[in-house]
Amino acid sequence: MSAYVLRRLVLAVPTLLGVTLVVFALIRLVPGDPARLVLGLQASEEEVQRLRVQLGLDQPLPVQYARFLARLLQGDLGRSVVTGEPVLREIGARLPATVQLAVTSTVVATLTGVAAGVVSATRQYSWWDYAVMTVALFGISLPVFWLGLMLMLLFSVHLRWLPAGGYGTPAHLVLPTVTLAAFSVAIIARMTRSSLLEVLHQDYVRTAWAKGLSSRAVVLRHALKNALIPVVTVIGLQFGGLLGGAILTETVFAWPGMGRLLVGAIVARDYPVVQGTVLVFAALFTLVNLAVDVLYAYVDPRIHYG
Amino acid sequence: MWTRASTTVSWGRAREAVRTPPSVWRRLRRHRTAVAGLSVLAALVFLAALAPFLFPEDPTEPHFERVLRPPSWEHPLGTDNLGRDLLARIAYGGRVSFLIGVLAVATSAAVGVPVGLLSGYYGGRFDLLVQRLVDLLLAFPGFLLALTLVAVLGVGVTNVVVAVGLASAPVYVRLVRGVALSVRNQTFVEAARALGASDPRILFRHVLPNCTAPVIVQSTLQLGTAILTAAGLGFLGLGVKPPTPEWGTMLGEGQTYLFSSWYMATFPGLAIFLSVLAFNLLGDGLRDALDPRMKLT
Repeated sequence: MSAYVLRRLVLAVPTLLGVTLVVFALIRLVPGDPARLVLGLQASEEEVQRLRVQLGLDQPLPVQYARFLARLLQGDLGRSVVTGEPVLREIGARLPATVQLAVTSTVVATLTGVAAGVVSATRQYSWWDYAVMTVALFGISLPVFWLGLMLMLLFSVHLRWLPAGGYGTPAHLVLPTVTLAAFSVAIIARMTRSSLLEVLHQDYVRTAWAKGLSSRAVVLRHALKNALIPVVTVIGLQFGGLLGGAILTETVFAWPGMGRLLVGAIVARDYPVVQGTVLVFAALFTLVNLAVDVLYAYVDPRIHYG
Repeated sequence: MWTRASTTVSWGRAREAVRTPPSVWRRLRRHRTAVAGLSVLAALVFLAALAPFLFPEDPTEPHFERVLRPPSWEHPLGTDNLGRDLLARIAYGGRVSFLIGVLAVATSAAVGVPVGLLSGYYGGRFDLLVQRLVDLLLAFPGFLLALTLVAVLGVGVTNVVVAVGLASAPVYVRLVRGVALSVRNQTFVEAARALGASDPRILFRHVLPNCTAPVIVQSTLQLGTAILTAAGLGFLGLGVKPPTPEWGTMLGEGQTYLFSSWYMATFPGLAIFLSVLAFNLLGDGLRDALDPRMKLT
């Protein structure tokens, strides 16, 4: 097992390198001279030239990329053009809030989604089934930012049960989590339903019924175990959507995470911060999918690792 | 919400070249949810298309004598912070949002289909290169990629189309490559080759037609995703520039007035939700109608 994990880790290195190359290339596509952008139109040509040399912009692109990578390996993502703070420190201050939101949403989405899928599949074509599938369809069609605002309108403005935004107490976590989880709940519920329906038609499940096992034992212990294997993959892929949704959810609820940092940096044209945050987001997504792959091998005995 | 892979269609077997038999339309008409989706869509497109006739006044011009009016007979959905009629702005906004959606999906398909076709049909080193590139782009969450592209390119309709379109292109590469791969060794392709058909002819006459159905279904679902992504960018203030009405941008403006004037954020969001829902319903229906074997259990 540990050899398998190690191999997957090694295989993730080219992907991560590629990610740095894409981000590096993208930021270089920004029209105009970055040095001029930093200093503004009033700065003299000499000042601009000095900053260009200082930032290494006078070097050829491969050299710039190599330097960028070398600094990255030392944990140096440059400094924010706006605050002058190291980008890594800015991200470090915001990362925990984003991870917290993403983790609670994933947990909530998995529990609710799987439960809803089981209810739906075991009562196929019943009102329960139709209700769950309709809600799931709504879930994949709802704009997260709108859902967030509507929940805020109901629970913060009208009912006054929950805070409309901010960070700190568990109460602050409720609305952003529900908002962000909604889409994933829908996807996981759909996947669980179709996967479980497939498994429920298999011979070994009929055998379990014939043995006289309770429906609880048949569904939860025999069928669900196998049905969840594809669901695990979906949860991993879902995480990318979750990170994208987090950018919007954080904006709605004034959640002090990386998403808001990124949006603020884009508006302020603070490219070192944009570069750093995008890099961390992509790395996070890659690593979660790596973890899911490893988990997959763990839950599916048919996959041999060695 | 913006995962490109979330509603990806998978097409197991290759099929004979697609004819569009009248039965597709008949099956679609009998598909209740598809009809519902089509109806909602028709209503929204109708509203957008006829906006200049239904609402002759300029949807961008402020009317300071009637700011933030709640819904009434005169203004069914209320007025915004600049006194502009929200229904009129949603109707005009539909033109922008649908246009962005259609153009973005066309961009994705225009880039993704040829690349996927060549990659799957020829295989080899080119395929390997394309696959690595697709993997790399899929390492970025879809919305993040679109957001980064807009950060680089700048805001505005064209850039939003390019950003949203490019961010979804890998989905088409994967889809079409899969079909091309499964078709290229089938007997009918072999027969065409034995008859002396050239590669371009085989690609256009035999491989491409097999991609039509999955591409149509994927594009319908993708339209919903594109509208959502573009609206998300607009909501963050990184989409279409005001005062042009666009649903996401309007929603973003409405957020500021959420506590005092609920209607300003509620109705543009409802329009986004309904159109995405309609595309999802229609896409599911099309999949069932175009290939009955794909019908979900």
